[in-house]
Amino acid sequence: MNNEALKEFILQRVPEAEISQGAQFLQAVVLSEKAHSLLSELKSNPQTSFDYLFCLTGVDWPQHMEVIYHLKSTTHNHMVVIKSKINTREYPQTDTVSDIWRTAEFHEREVFDLYGIVFKNHPDLRRLLLTDDWVGYPMRKDYVDKVNMIEY
Amino acid sequence: MEETITTALESQEYFINMGPQHPSTHGVLRLVLSLDGEIIRKVEPHIGYIHRSIEKMCEHDSYQQIVHLTDRMDYLSCHINNEAVCLAVEMGLQVEIPERVKVIRTIIGELTRLSSHQLWWGVMGMDLGAITTFLYGFRDRELITDIFEETCGARLTMNYNVPGGLMFDIHPNFQKRTKDFVTYFKKKLPEYDDLLSNNVIFRERTIGIGKLSKEDAISFGVTGPTGRASGFSCDVRKHYPYSAYDRVQFKEILRTEGDCFARYQCRIAEMWESLSIIEQLIDNIPEGPFKAPTKAVIKLPKGEWYQKVETARGEFGVYIISEGQKSPYRLKFRSPGFSNLSALDHMARGCKIADLVAIMSTIDLVIPDIDR
Repeated sequence: MNNEALKEFILQRVPEAEISQGAQFLQAVVLSEKAHSLLSELKSNPQTSFDYLFCLTGVDWPQHMEVIYHLKSTTHNHMVVIKSKINTREYPQTDTVSDIWRTAEFHEREVFDLYGIVFKNHPDLRRLLLTDDWVGYPMRKDYVDKVNMIEY
Repeated sequence: MEETITTALESQEYFINMGPQHPSTHGVLRLVLSLDGEIIRKVEPHIGYIHRSIEKMCEHDSYQQIVHLTDRMDYLSCHINNEAVCLAVEMGLQVEIPERVKVIRTIIGELTRLSSHQLWWGVMGMDLGAITTFLYGFRDRELITDIFEETCGARLTMNYNVPGGLMFDIHPNFQKRTKDFVTYFKKKLPEYDDLLSNNVIFRERTIGIGKLSKEDAISFGVTGPTGRASGFSCDVRKHYPYSAYDRVQFKEILRTEGDCFARYQCRIAEMWESLSIIEQLIDNIPEGPFKAPTKAVIKLPKGEWYQKVETARGEFGVYIISEGQKSPYRLKFRSPGFSNLSALDHMARGCKIADLVAIMSTIDLVIPDIDR
């Protein structure tokens, strides 16, 4: 599928998605409520069959949180980037995709650990890199650690 | 009476800690094994013992500084990690890199891969009880380390790539020493086969152990030789050629068995391919500058770039989100070891503890790469 067809495909499922052509990949920004059904469809539909999630990133923006999924299909060799937008920084929640791609289990635990994004229905959502009693989410932009961080 | 005996003999699941200080985990990795007798029911990796928060540090560093953090992650593929950041920054800046740089980067990258595989081979033998391989592996790796030392001054955390090109030109001896090494190692590599590949004990302990199917490999995002041993065609050098990989002939090694022995054979075959790539390029290094002119303070425009490269362990990705400042807004490292480790539980279920050691050896984990 080329980028035009992919764009059509996503817009049919989520009409309000903001689609742009980035420097390398086609990008689609969707609300977090719609993300799981779209991603699930992208994986299971034989036309797209995005079976390889090669990167899962959390980003902390001033007003919202974002989870970015880099997807590739090993059969069709096309790629797409889906950005799931969570409209709050207070108690961000989104659905897990670990039921679609097993690799997400670890990646989502890392994002939860460092950003505090809660992935609903995740089988084992605990801190991964930091100790269990750690307070706060260090990758957030407003995280303060007076001892270990230098003010710029 | 009978009832009491059955209760007494009933097997009970119990837990043991493997690590964080364990010789076969190659670093500070703790595995909580849940066991039924000697059979593994579940493996739960606990990571983060050497988490240094490199991604957070990157958000305050300039792009030239970030390069120096990446070789502290996967210290066995340091040149390739550095190259990944450089390529991502160059893509953002849209600078054209001199041909000489591309070829040198490719040669250095393949030497790095060779040295990493040599160390893996030595350590893998030692994990399974053969001390000789460790000495042989290190003996041959030493020659590559010497070449690196002459080129950039360091033996472990080497920094040679900078955004825009190389830190300095190659040493006058570089070509000769590399050619000498290739001639030498071509004679030594068959010895590796004699020592381990055809060893009965070794084969017994690896064939059919720790199987991973192709579908699972893709679902878990297992890449590199580990993924290719399961038949997942994921060689970034072939699919998305960077540097000078588009002008060299080499095969992507694929196997279908997906067990420990297939992963072992994959890496051995990759060493032959790396030697062949170096041979094709070493006499054809084009003349020219070793660095494209770049500004002292690099500011990437607003946007985002994803660059992937093939390290010795698999697909390493650098994802830069820039807001136009001198440091990135967000920088994510997709490290191959992290995803490969996530499949460990799946591979090890039903195996014995001794098999787990073999499985971990063939995944070739480097802990700083996982913890970042």
